[in-house]
Amino acid sequence: MAHTLSVLVENRPGALMRITSLFVRRGFNIESLAVGPTERHDVSRVTLRVNCEQHTLEQIQKQMHKLVNVLRVIELEPGEAVERELLLVKVAAPPDRRAELMALGEVFRARVVDLGPDALVFEVVGPPEELASFEELVRPHGIKELARTGRVGLARASRETPRRAQRLEVLR
Amino acid sequence: MKMLGSDAILRSLEAEGVEVCFGIPGGAILPLYDAIARGTTVRHVLARHEQGAGHMAEGYARASGRVGVAFATSGPGATNLVTPIANAWMDSTPLVCVTGQVRRPLIGTDAFQECDITGITIPIVKHSWLVQDVEELPHVMKAAFHIARTGRCGPVLVDVPRDVQEAPIDFEYPDAVDLPGWRPPRRGHARQIKEAASRLAAAERPILYVGGGTVNGDACGELRELAELGRLPVVTTLMGKGAFPETHELFAGWPGMHGPKWSNYALNKADVIVACGARFDDRVTGKLSAFAPGASVVHLDIDAAEIGKLRNADVPVVGPLKQVLHDLAAELRKLSEVGELRPPEAWLLQIADWRDQFPLRYRRGDVLKPQTVVETLRSLTAGRDDVIWTTGVGQHQMWAMQYLHCDRPRSFITSGGLGTMGFGIPAAVGAKAARPDATVVCIDGDGCFQMTGQELATSVLEGLPIVVVVINNAYLGMVQQWQELFYGERYSHVHLTHAVPDYAQLAEAYGAAGFTVSTEDELEGVLQEALALGRTAVVDARVDPAEQCYPMIPGGAAALDMIENPEEETVEAGS
Ligand SMILES: Cc1ncc(C[n+]2csc(CCOP(=O)(O)OP(=O)(O)O)c2C)c(N)n1
Ligand SMILES: [Mg+2]
Repeated sequence: MAHTLSVLVENRPGALMRITSLFVRRGFNIESLAVGPTERHDVSRVTLRVNCEQHTLEQIQKQMHKLVNVLRVIELEPGEAVERELLLVKVAAPPDRRAELMALGEVFRARVVDLGPDALVFEVVGPPEELASFEELVRPHGIKELARTGRVGLARASRETPRRAQRLEVLR
Repeated sequence: MKMLGSDAILRSLEAEGVEVCFGIPGGAILPLYDAIARGTTVRHVLARHEQGAGHMAEGYARASGRVGVAFATSGPGATNLVTPIANAWMDSTPLVCVTGQVRRPLIGTDAFQECDITGITIPIVKHSWLVQDVEELPHVMKAAFHIARTGRCGPVLVDVPRDVQEAPIDFEYPDAVDLPGWRPPRRGHARQIKEAASRLAAAERPILYVGGGTVNGDACGELRELAELGRLPVVTTLMGKGAFPETHELFAGWPGMHGPKWSNYALNKADVIVACGARFDDRVTGKLSAFAPGASVVHLDIDAAEIGKLRNADVPVVGPLKQVLHDLAAELRKLSEVGELRPPEAWLLQIADWRDQFPLRYRRGDVLKPQTVVETLRSLTAGRDDVIWTTGVGQHQMWAMQYLHCDRPRSFITSGGLGTMGFGIPAAVGAKAARPDATVVCIDGDGCFQMTGQELATSVLEGLPIVVVVINNAYLGMVQQWQELFYGERYSHVHLTHAVPDYAQLAEAYGAAGFTVSTEDELEGVLQEALALGRTAVVDARVDPAEQCYPMIPGGAAALDMIENPEEETVEAGS
């Protein structure tokens, strides 16, 4: 099963490497990873997507907790968190196909951020699953290049502390 | 106080109460060695190889319960430390390694002796620092010691560029650490401990399965109190050897690959296993899915990540073993006071029965047997409380586990998790530095001796006398045993010979005393002399190359399916 982990780390050299090294060393697989600043200048947020059993997930969380630079590990449970991702895709767009592509883009609230003589670049922001659908729909037109940021997420404003984090506190 | 970065490192060590450190100088760490020359209360022991320095620091830490410290220069000096760092990681030994690094402007340019040692060691340290600013040094040193010895112990690395060592600093050692992400557990959960006590009280076949975490957690007194209160049998792992007195009536031996069959029976047929700072290592469990099938597990550990890692824990308790075992005994006492604790006498009788049924066996003969050497060492030191044993890795290590009786914690120092050949001699030198009053004996293999034997020079010249007993079976014996049993006796590159090198002559060349013994008749006299000498001595005990280590759980087999010595006329080993 796929899980999203949101990890707060001290913004120190090597902190990210320690996390990724832990995944490699313990044989855990990362599906996607996104890193960026948070509301605190000295703290970064790493959002990790992993596909594993519950038992492995608990191991990952506990092992990550032991890293000195890791401040907090939270699982973002579906329904209790908002998750977003950004997709840029360059699609072949000869003049006779443009209108069709633009119409498709509108359905997904995709923006055209660049336009060339025979290609255009879409930008889509949304839940990662939606990006995947969009990708499938434009694929027949010919995808020239594609980049995704990896998902980021936050617990919903209506939920302060996810249950999982509390449970881990007991174990610590 | 105004000083240089290099001085700040030494003043930090002094502030931490460090008495001894081990290392070898080189270009990138010259400023630190110059600071040593200018004066410090820390004694520096010059090793002959950085691996030796690292294992010495480990031996020091394991014998004393304090943090071991090792120094090395950049590049090859630092990479030579990798093995001891990995060893300390696997065996949870608190270690602070300080390495020199090339000057900051040269980092990343492939400069002479530049090596990304913080990168190389990421998977095997609790934490590490590449110190970029001299102002950080005191905080980093403080944090390094704090992290190495709190929570689950382990190694840390501080990499200091040469120009940072040379930079001026107004030194002040911090009182506290600022580590928001480092919060080791402080107390085991009271309700869980209560639950553990009631499981123990209701058990018919309880057992305490004790690992190195009990020694590291300084909880051996609490362990004994618990065991005696509930009359609970105790098995100790290789790393836990000595955590519980081995001459105690409740002692039930050592489980695992070369543990006696009766110990493996006791652990595998238990109905409640209380794991105390032990991690269900494959060398203990054998085939995991077949391990102790009828047992529920109470797992006590300072490291939450060990719980449920390999074996599900029915009652997890995360906390310092000292407090957890103490509270568990207190809960058990409450149950006993209301008559709810019945000592498992039938179970103890059953274990005693297995013990009679499956003793350790080997056949004595014309040729000197390795087990006889270890048994003789045991009888020569019986009743003494000032002996520390170290070992290499291989058959001799397993015989040392089987035939030595250690009654005190920190008296048996071996490489468990990593299985590092060559650990024994430097670890002995380090243990001697920690406990100058002790007689430190390394039971080594002939193969292991040749990996780190040069540290005899350190032992002789630094006035750290040790006794090395080489169980010289002319082979990389443990590998040869596997080739014999599982590879159709196709021996591939395991023969070392009895005579090359001549260990006694080599010892003499180092200024140590050398002895050679190849018969039972001479054995006791020679060992006695070597033990009493008070200077570094090497006893080359030329033993039967054909002797194999039994019993044994073959790789991948269930612990209960262990095989015994196939020799028919085996007689019981002397007691
Ligand atoms: C550094 C290292 N290299 C290789 C091994 C694999 N190995 C395990 S035991 C062993 C043989 C050890 O030989 P010796 O020291 O003579 O001990 P014996 O088994 O003969 O008692 C070897 C090569 C190891 N554990 N460590
Ligand atoms: Mg050998």
